[in-house]
Amino acid sequence: MMEFDEIRTKAIEKWEALKHQEGVVLYYGAASCGRASGVLSTIEEIQDACQQNELAVKFVETGCIGPCYLEPLVAVQIDGNNPVFFSKITAEKARSFVDQVLAHNDLERDDKVGSLSPETNTLVGERINSAFEIQVRNVLRNCGIIDPREIDHYIARDGYLGLQKALSMSPDEVIELVLQSGLRGRGGAGFPTGLKWKTCRASPGEEKYAICNGDEGDPGAFMNRSLIEGDPHAVLEGLAIMAYAIGAHKAYLYIRAEYPLAIERLTRALTQMQDYHLAGENILNSGFDLDFEIFQGAGAFVCGEETALIASIMGKRGMPSPKPPYPATSGLWGKPTTINNVETMGTIPNILRNGADWFKQVGTEKSPGTKTFSLVGKIQNRGLIEVPLGTNIVDLIERVGGGIKDGKVFKAIQTGGPSGGMIPAAMSELPLDYEALTQAGSIMGSGGLIVLDADTCVVDLASYFSSFTQRESCGKCVPCRIGTTRMLEILETIKAGKATLQDLENLKVLAKTVKNTSLCGLGQGAPNPILTSLKYFEDEYLAHVEKRQCPALVCRDLIRFEINQELCNGCGSCSRNCPRSAIEGEQKQVHEISQELCIQCGRCYENCPVTAIYKTNRYPSEGD
Amino acid sequence: MMDAKFDAIVENGLQKKAGLIALLQEIQDTYGYISREAVAELAKKLKISESHIYGVATFYAQFRFEKPGRHKISVCKGTSCFVMGSSRLLELLEEKLDITSGHTTPDARFSLEAVYCLGCCAISPVISVDGKVFGNVTPKEIDKILKKYDD
Repeated sequence: MMEFDEIRTKAIEKWEALKHQEGVVLYYGAASCGRASGVLSTIEEIQDACQQNELAVKFVETGCIGPCYLEPLVAVQIDGNNPVFFSKITAEKARSFVDQVLAHNDLERDDKVGSLSPETNTLVGERINSAFEIQVRNVLRNCGIIDPREIDHYIARDGYLGLQKALSMSPDEVIELVLQSGLRGRGGAGFPTGLKWKTCRASPGEEKYAICNGDEGDPGAFMNRSLIEGDPHAVLEGLAIMAYAIGAHKAYLYIRAEYPLAIERLTRALTQMQDYHLAGENILNSGFDLDFEIFQGAGAFVCGEETALIASIMGKRGMPSPKPPYPATSGLWGKPTTINNVETMGTIPNILRNGADWFKQVGTEKSPGTKTFSLVGKIQNRGLIEVPLGTNIVDLIERVGGGIKDGKVFKAIQTGGPSGGMIPAAMSELPLDYEALTQAGSIMGSGGLIVLDADTCVVDLASYFSSFTQRESCGKCVPCRIGTTRMLEILETIKAGKATLQDLENLKVLAKTVKNTSLCGLGQGAPNPILTSLKYFEDEYLAHVEKRQCPALVCRDLIRFEINQELCNGCGSCSRNCPRSAIEGEQKQVHEISQELCIQCGRCYENCPVTAIYKTNRYPSEGD
Repeated sequence: MMDAKFDAIVENGLQKKAGLIALLQEIQDTYGYISREAVAELAKKLKISESHIYGVATFYAQFRFEKPGRHKISVCKGTSCFVMGSSRLLELLEEKLDITSGHTTPDARFSLEAVYCLGCCAISPVISVDGKVFGNVTPKEIDKILKKYDD
């Protein structure tokens, strides 16, 4: 059996050989987002072209480096120089790319983004600097850089040194170190990780369980998926350390079934761990035994809640139970159990390797460290980012995100998913840390950030979240089961322009009641999108109720479509596409929409080649 | 009666001490859905009631009880996709296929479902057909995508 030091030496040799390889190495980001953008067809084309031109190129698959809006993203390393990244290399562009970059080593192209900085694991270059400048890639240090299928790549970059160090310490010392670091759970609530471990360790019982929560149910967040797909061993190493600290010999990875690639990556990584004696019996000759098991979540948002997740692993309906008892004392099969989020696990090896003080170098006093976010919605640069906690919203939007899409106006940002809230543009100086977000009525959540512009209706969005939580409510407690349904009904009435001021008042009372009386986080968080939008955008609610107007022109019952007579060229595209034959007009003559027949489906609007169709209030104010 | 494959799944599952959910996932992976016969047979083998199995299975969004079509279309309804207009995509697909989400066309060509987040938020709105994800989809592109799955 090879000793770990020997494994590490060989891994470093292998990695260094790759990094200094003569000739051309091509790296391509093939996480789910890259695949969806067509990177695999691009690579097929590139490989074909290389073969035809007899070019010797080494191909290395990686995870996602973050700027998903630039995908398919490929990087070229020539004679051991830092890889240079190129954006949107679609299959159509593959041949020209091969000809210019791979055959002639000419890197000057319009789609060149920048090069990889090995010191910071970020991209540098004029085009990309602002997006990466304030990012600190600690958790994501390997994502988009190593081949996630190669354990040697991970080990060469100090992988499993954290576990090795942990195993040389006593479990209590490990817990003390994590407590010192001030790390707070990255799943959303921000509970101190070390404290969770300490309670579980102190709970009596020989049998304990370690669980990594990869259920990532927040619709609109994909940080955990990216981390697992890009660096599965980091998560596994963290989980092994946690298991050692609490005294567990069985660890579960709870991963949602919608993430097939993540499951594939973990399965492969686990086999590799076995081969290197990093899992199973007597890990790294320490006498510590640990078995892993992957459990596929079957799709229930409430299973992000610890007790519901445990019920689900036990083959039951995923319904939460009242706490106490906490899982730390009575969890899976009634045994002490610790559940940590994927990102928390990914952070742990860094803390073990570099120490608590290193971890506290960035972030705020109460919220130290970095946090990954998925920055999406109406923003220019959509993707996965990692910044120090406490970074303010405006920096995220303007610098990392490159501003609002299509030059529109920033309206609000939704943090924390369906249990979070909308923070208005006026508060964009707000730092993203646990306390500030809670104070603003939202939550940190797992890290989904959805940017909204003036075309987003807050009532519509609140109703979207309500329909989600209503659907996902497990039905166990009355406030959540009935409350979410009633809240949704009121929101629907407001959207339809049929609500009264009393309805609005009822909504407020109801939302507060559901928040205060629900059994678990799902119900307690469900009113947050409503409460925050009511607090910060009351005018918009009042416009729906009092004037029957939707300022964002989204709510269908309150808008109508019109044809601009100056712009219409009578092409007939609208009338051909109208499912209700509501549009009439002679060829090459201005067309007209019959408001009686129109159902506001918007198909004419989508299909008009000269954008002559526009939306307006169905019930204009006097004087409009 | 189910076939020998079914017996093997259950046998194998019990040996590995797989829970009910893992067994149901395996059955769905093999047959495409959870049929009434499968539930009846599983209940017998596990010595639990059919209603217990349905109680668990219907709780989770993943399980289907209707035979799926040849191609499975999933429209993402995650927040990012919603903000970027995926409701319109779902509505269009429902109209074009003349079924509501959660169902299969009479010719068994397509099944349509709405899912909460495929995790591809940065290229939203997305839909996936047979696991292949299409990003930044506009209503105009729907016909083109459907045509690729003509068989």
